[in-house]
Amino acid sequence: MMFVPGNNPGMMADAHIYGPDSIMLDLEDSVTMAEKDAARLLVHNALKSIDYGDTEMVVRINPLNTPYGKKDVEAVVKAGVDVIRMPKTETADEVRELEAEIIKVEEELGCVGRTQIMAAIESALGVVNAYAIATASKRMMGIALGAEDYSANLKTQRTPGGAELLLARETIVVAARAAGISCFDTVYSNLDDMETFRKEVELIKTLGFDGKSIINPRQIEVVNSVFAPTQKDIDKALKIIAAIKEAQAKGSGVIAVNGKMVDRPVVIRAERTIALAIASGILNKEDVL
Amino acid sequence: MEMKNASAGTLESGDIMIQIAPTDKEGLQIDLTSSVADQFGKQIRKVITETLEGLGIDKADVKAVDKGALDCTIRARVTAAAVRATGKDVWK
Repeated sequence: MMFVPGNNPGMMADAHIYGPDSIMLDLEDSVTMAEKDAARLLVHNALKSIDYGDTEMVVRINPLNTPYGKKDVEAVVKAGVDVIRMPKTETADEVRELEAEIIKVEEELGCVGRTQIMAAIESALGVVNAYAIATASKRMMGIALGAEDYSANLKTQRTPGGAELLLARETIVVAARAAGISCFDTVYSNLDDMETFRKEVELIKTLGFDGKSIINPRQIEVVNSVFAPTQKDIDKALKIIAAIKEAQAKGSGVIAVNGKMVDRPVVIRAERTIALAIASGILNKEDVL
Repeated sequence: MEMKNASAGTLESGDIMIQIAPTDKEGLQIDLTSSVADQFGKQIRKVITETLEGLGIDKADVKAVDKGALDCTIRARVTAAAVRATGKDVWK
């Protein structure tokens, strides 16, 4: 998920060329208060006019308790945004308040249920309430860690190893999995230190995250290379799926691949490997299905 | 429509700076500067005119400095300048 400032039309026009899975147009921290009105119009018009293809379009709105939040919701829902990212989410009630605002606009447009919600968790209270936030609405598609505000709230600072974020990261992954939604890790801001960035991506992949937030197209290749499965993993996954299909066709229950029993978790992992291979462009969807 | 001087946009690549001011003259007086004026000047003027007329503004001085903006950016910046100039609520 690539962050793009909502008041920079040049970046907004070019962002999808680099192939991020999703683009998050930002109306919050990257836009000064004097430019909130202009950025809202820019994002609204860009969403309506620019063909972003299959790229998932997310807009980070301003908090609803500011003079800008509700206007942001109206503007982006009217433009047909896929996902609204709510910043600094601390309680399930905040998610429900956002949902109510979305419904108001969707009812006016006759498209109730179209807009999904992602909640950014950026404080200790948000981490404590992570599962309640993740399950606050059927529209919830994911939760994400916002580490800068979270570190400040913990009265600590970010370190290369990320020890200060470990509990928040694990809590967010567990909450997302329990809720059946996605989870996304925070940004890494030092573009001159790609080695630490790669280590961080490897760490969050191991923890179970679905993806990483990025601030520059240069970071896409690193994330994709870490998340992309190896050819060996893909071959194994394809074999498992083929064996499952064959077993289903024959009506047999237990199956084995390479002498090892294939049970439900093995199939789930194989399906995820193939999904990642398709997302990484290694496999074509048509070749698998 | 009551109008005051207002502007929106920047001079960064891919953007357009729009300045709107009240005038005694009839119609929209558009002063356009763009490195691609020969190729796209007509289209840029058309988008500016259509956007302002859509907002009920048919009399104003408009200064536009284009840096290769897409039509959607031109619409957004003209609308932002017009809203700032008139206080009109475009979301209703």
